[in-house]
Amino acid sequence: MSDITREDVAHLARLARLAVTDDELDVFSGQLDAILDTVGRVSEIDDDVPPTSHVAPLTNVLRADEPEPSLDREAALAGAPAAEEGRFRVPRILGEEP
Amino acid sequence: MSGSDTDALTRLDAAELARRVQAREVSSVEVTRAHLERIEAVERTGLNAFLHVAADQALAAAAAVDDEIAAGTVRSPLAGVPVAIKDNMTTRDMPTTCASRILDGWRPPYDATVVRRLRDAGLVPLGKTNLDEFAMGGSNENSAYGAVRNPWDRTRVPGGSSGGSAAATAVGEAPLALGSDTGGSIRQPGAFTGTVGMKPTYGTVSRYGLVAFSSSLDQIGPLGRTVLDAAMLHEVVGGHDPCDQTSIDAPLPPVVEAALAGARGDLAGVRVGVVTELSGEGYQPGVLAAFTDAVRVLTELGAEVVEVSCPSFTYAMPAYYLIAPSEASSNLARFDAMRYGLRVGDDGSRSTDEVMSATREAGFGPEVKRRIMIGTHALSAGSYDALYGKAQKVRTLIVRDFTAAFERCDVLVSPTVPTTAFPIGDRVDDPVSMYLADLCTIPANLAGIAGLSVPCGLAPEDGMPVGLQVMTPALADDRAYRVGAAYETARDAASGVPFASTVPDPAALETAS
Repeated sequence: MSDITREDVAHLARLARLAVTDDELDVFSGQLDAILDTVGRVSEIDDDVPPTSHVAPLTNVLRADEPEPSLDREAALAGAPAAEEGRFRVPRILGEEP
Repeated sequence: MSGSDTDALTRLDAAELARRVQAREVSSVEVTRAHLERIEAVERTGLNAFLHVAADQALAAAAAVDDEIAAGTVRSPLAGVPVAIKDNMTTRDMPTTCASRILDGWRPPYDATVVRRLRDAGLVPLGKTNLDEFAMGGSNENSAYGAVRNPWDRTRVPGGSSGGSAAATAVGEAPLALGSDTGGSIRQPGAFTGTVGMKPTYGTVSRYGLVAFSSSLDQIGPLGRTVLDAAMLHEVVGGHDPCDQTSIDAPLPPVVEAALAGARGDLAGVRVGVVTELSGEGYQPGVLAAFTDAVRVLTELGAEVVEVSCPSFTYAMPAYYLIAPSEASSNLARFDAMRYGLRVGDDGSRSTDEVMSATREAGFGPEVKRRIMIGTHALSAGSYDALYGKAQKVRTLIVRDFTAAFERCDVLVSPTVPTTAFPIGDRVDDPVSMYLADLCTIPANLAGIAGLSVPCGLAPEDGMPVGLQVMTPALADDRAYRVGAAYETARDAASGVPFASTVPDPAALETAS
């Protein structure tokens, strides 16, 4: 029922921010096709069933609105791939892209 | 201490180690050193269960516990006992990699709640165990740091994703370990390595500091060599945590009491349901034989055994492999190369978007990429209703099947996995065949109920361990420990030796060869 092409994989990879290679497009298209054939069986069940998104007997859990200490700047930046002047340094965000 | 003393200490279960340390017959430092030596000897053989060993910190923590005990303070029933931690739980003094290159060497700024509870209870963290990358897999072959080997047969997988925790526990590198279970990742490696593994009721063990894979399914739980040991660790880490929004504010079921009661071997009046859909065609003959024998033992212990049908379970695996990847595709968006972890291609000319894509391409392994793309597809506008929406409806049907079955039964049983551990490399190129290893364990995750795997002997055709799964209604985890402990006592009485003592010793094999 599913029919995942190389172009479909390339599209999904773009949406998911994965710079996949040409070789991966070949391998993944076959594998994703086989997976979707298997999981697509869910379409056989009756549509007239309410969905369940989670099973915890809880709704809207909020803590008291009181200030609490959080990570200090040094700890927050400790794992950053690049930091500058006490901030995360990121590559260019605006540019030539449309 | 001599080598033989070291061996003796690493063969003791956690309950006995705790008793000896707290009675000051042996120090926690001696016990910890014995396990560190055992890790060194076993890892040298290539088991690959550990990604990080924190020897100095462990010895320091053990010394502190010894001082407290000498001063008359015992923090918990497990004070002084070493423990291993799956490497997807944050530890402020050890790296947390999730077995992914994208988090290579990452040092979290905080401890997971379960890790803090281990420390507060006087347990001694030994290090971090190997896993399938981000807990995605059933064989441990998806680790960026190499597969873990199964101690029963080094050419086979230990299961996954908590394969490092299971293998380490099986061979006595640690008496106890924490794992996490999203679709079977504690119970399935438990079955494959002949250890006891428990997935508690969803929401009863805090997920704060567990690196999220599929948030509506993920659950931390204990692994041990006996049912009582698993229950004791469960009691240390379980209970409400305000830092986890999905944590249930209810008392933990009396799991240790239940394990002790069960060990007396009386199951009179316990109604046990055998799930029709979790056996039969496609199941390995030796697995079915061991399972059937285990059910016979439960009957002999006084349990009333009936067969129950859960017809929607046939859709559990397909629904799981839509829901889990969907949630994963969202959860793993946090790995954006900006705040922590790997960054690739930041040469001043590339944009944030390009750096992000290059980093995720380099940092994630193939199974993680597959799941992110499946999830992205299932959540996309054209597929949402037909895939993700339908999977959520299946989830309702699974919950209904369990509700009906638990009206007739106190617990449900099945084999934990349809087969024994398979050879390394057998299923790596065929994701769908890999997913079949989760067939029996997934329904409990989708319904948020508890499931325990207890070793129930070896399959005659390959000599590999088989697991008996015991499932209970939500918040009735104690029933699994009662039934599991009763079975375990009868099993060991019948064979004359504790099952845990029959695992081959990798270090001895090494010496012999």
